[in-house]
Amino acid sequence: MTQGTLYLASALILILIGLACALMRRNLLRMVLGFAIMDTGVHLLIATAGFLPGRTAPIIDDPSLLAGAGGRTAAADPSALLVAAERVVDPVPQALVLTAIVIGVGVTALMLAYVVRLFAREGTLDVSAFRRLKW
Amino acid sequence: MIGRAVTVVLLLCVAVLFWYLATVGTQTELGSVSGHYVERGVVENRGSNLVTSVVVNYRGLDTLGEVTVLFLSVAGVAFVLRRRRRGEGDAGGTDRGPGAAAPASELVQTGARLLVGPMILYGVYIFVHGHLTPGGGFQGGAVVASAVLLLLLADRKRELPHGLMSWVESLSGFGFVVVGLLGLAVAGSFLANRGVLPLGTWNRLFSAGLIPVIYVLIGLKVGSELAALLDVMMRGGEQAAAVSHGDAGASTVRHESRVDRESRERGGSR
Repeated sequence: MTQGTLYLASALILILIGLACALMRRNLLRMVLGFAIMDTGVHLLIATAGFLPGRTAPIIDDPSLLAGAGGRTAAADPSALLVAAERVVDPVPQALVLTAIVIGVGVTALMLAYVVRLFAREGTLDVSAFRRLKW
Repeated sequence: MIGRAVTVVLLLCVAVLFWYLATVGTQTELGSVSGHYVERGVVENRGSNLVTSVVVNYRGLDTLGEVTVLFLSVAGVAFVLRRRRRGEGDAGGTDRGPGAAAPASELVQTGARLLVGPMILYGVYIFVHGHLTPGGGFQGGAVVASAVLLLLLADRKRELPHGLMSWVESLSGFGFVVVGLLGLAVAGSFLANRGVLPLGTWNRLFSAGLIPVIYVLIGLKVGSELAALLDVMMRGGEQAAAVSHGDAGASTVRHESRVDRESRERGGSR
């Protein structure tokens, strides 16, 4: 099993755990936890989408990643950077996952706020007790 | 139970579909867009961290939207969990009744006194060095907010400087837009990084033009927003617990009254 497949499998397992938790549990807090776990799985999935085997993080802090001798001169010369393109993973999915994490935090916070409100109103966390919108 | 069986079947479908979609094509080289970012990122922005280059410069507008989403979400939480005005609803905002938590242990209090300063410093370090090392405004802001969480855990009655926090948040959000408009005025495109500040030397703290400026602003904004979020959630949660455990006494009594109310409503509607 290659490294990428391993990451994909872990992402799938996390997503399934989260989905099962959100669908099967009756406690609202556990459902929110399920969504958070699913979130983590999706983040791992997005990060895996940019994974290339054997490459390093997209941070060019080492002069050896720039072909020219000494980073400063190489940074001024565009053709020198072709070495880096063959040694780092894709930075775009990592930037996207950064966005996704922040949005996930916001969504989780809103869900938790609603859970707090519902608990204050009804005195229970059992989702089957909320029948007002049921018809 | 049929619901459970349906769920399991659904999960299996998700798994099969996922595996089918995820393993169709595996990438072995950078795409054209990523290739451009990696090859030209250091030349165009002089930042070492290419993820930061993508987040703050190439997809800067996206990040502005992200900051807005976070702001809206915090505003939503504050609206849902807003503190009631005194004299309305339950008695006494400061005396929280049986729902209030016990004071923190001495270990937590001493640890908070020791750790809060270094934690805030570390958060600031992370967002100031966002263009050089892993990390950035969002991560550093989260670390700063976790220092505030430790403060709140150590002393529940502590009042955060809300005026200062909302000023920091508003001004840093405003600064982000102003920096974007500067790029529009100088280089001709919103949030452009050319020509506004000198790009500096690669791999130094003062380099990469506007990227560290924007990331510091994002760090301040995210830190104050998340701190406000934690504060609202802790107070709102305590108040909700106090309301729920309040005058009705045991929760079973409350449960029955809720069932009664429901049956009454159902009877009334039919």
